[in-house]
Formats: sequence, structure tokens, C-alpha cells
Amino acid sequence: MSDNKGEVKKMMIILSKATLENVYAAFVLANGARMEGIEAEMFFTFFGLEAIHKKKLEHLHIATVGNPAMHIPTMLGGLPGMESIATTMMKKEMERIDMPGVHEFLDIIKASGVKLWACKLAMDMFHYKKEDLYDDIDGVLTVGDFYKEGAGEGTHMLFI
Amino acid sequence: MEKVIAGKTVSVNDEGYMTDFKQWDKEIGLAIAQEQNINMTDRHWAVISYLQDEYKKEVPLSIRKIRNSNVVDIKEFYQLFPQGPLKTAAKIAGIPKPASCI
Repeated sequence: MSDNKGEVKKMMIILSKATLENVYAAFVLANGARMEGIEAEMFFTFFGLEAIHKKKLEHLHIATVGNPAMHIPTMLGGLPGMESIATTMMKKEMERIDMPGVHEFLDIIKASGVKLWACKLAMDMFHYKKEDLYDDIDGVLTVGDFYKEGAGEGTHMLFI
Repeated sequence: MEKVIAGKTVSVNDEGYMTDFKQWDKEIGLAIAQEQNINMTDRHWAVISYLQDEYKKEVPLSIRKIRNSNVVDIKEFYQLFPQGPLKTAAKIAGIPKPASCI
């Protein structure tokens, strides 16, 4: 019998998207776990890899198309420059609430003890090499290896 | 509610955070640290003083503030207070639990 009593011990967070709002959600959840004394590991797969891609991570945008919470018509959201405008506005608000930039956020969660893993399959698909990625990632893993990392009682997995 | 810490009666909330910073002194901080299984060193106290100064200036605390504090870096912060560093340090410092998600 388990004596864990539902306590959260470790969060395994899978990031599959590169839109800024999803990347930030994943980072805030990982950092928030560590701040509560909970272990955290992140797995960057498919477009989520852009969040740890050196040349791309500072240029992520929020989605203005197909995002009903933007409250602008989808046609307008698709106009050139709309994503940049929306992203600039959001970044301003983030700075106000002391939200770090993507690179700084990676530095923070890494220093906090969050393990960062890149998905091998997605790396192969996008022709990314380890040198293309943020220097301090912990490695390139298969899905099976990532599950093994999550072994133990009180582990939860999140897919973003 | 009230609690006796280091022989002194102080006001705390239901999570054990002091609700009146004026009642705090170093002995109380030390006693709370012991409850949290933390052996206080000069480095710990440096962080506690920093948090108290920021609290007095009414600056909301976040991990990013810690990073830019020039008092401690994040790695050391987690080494000093391993289980939820900002919450633990705030409790020892006698200031409210940080309300930020970052």
C-alpha cells in the first residue's frame, strides 16, 4: 500500500508548443513547483523545442489567430505584424508583473534545479543538433527515458 | 492566533507565518529556522535581512528579485533553503508568505 496520501512530489511537464503563452505557462508551472519544494522536469518536444532553441527562443510570439481570448476577428489576427504587436503588448505587461524573458526564465528554472530534456524524435525531425539548443539542457531523451525519469510515487505529468 | 516562539508570544496565521513583523527578533527567527530544520549561517541571515528590507520597502518578492538582489544567486538560495526557499525564508524572516507565482 502507498503511504503517499496524494502529496505531489514531482512534476513532469511536457511542452509541445512554441506560442509564448504556452511556453510561459510551462515555465511558471515548473518554477512554481520548485518554489514549493516539488521536483520538476521538462520535456521539450515538437514546436516546444523552439523554447530551448538558441536562435529562436527570444523570438517567440503569442498566437493571434485561432485564439478566441484575443477578442479580435480572426481575419485581423492574420494580418502582417499583428503577432508582433500583440507580443510587444504582452511583453510590456509581463515586465510589469516581473515576469522574466524566455532566456532569463530558462536560467532561473535551471538554477532552481529543474531538469531540461529535449525530445530526440523532434530533434531528428527538425534537424536540430544539441549545439543549437540552450547550453544547460540536461540531455536529449526518448519518450521512454522521460517516463523513467518520472518514476516514483507522487509524480504527475502535464502536457502543454 | 498566538504562538509561543523562543519564549515569546507572537501572532501567527494558520500556516505559521508571523502577522506582526514588529514582534520579530533574531531569536524568534532562529527558533522558526530550527522548526524548518535549517541551521542558520551568516549566508542565511544575509538573505533574511534582504527579505526584511524589501518587505519594509513594500516590494513584492519573487524569484526574479532574488536573482537580481546581488545578495544570493538562485542556486545558493535553494541550497540554503532547500524546501520551497522563498516561503521558508519568509517564514524565518517573520514576513508574510510571498503571494507571487513567480
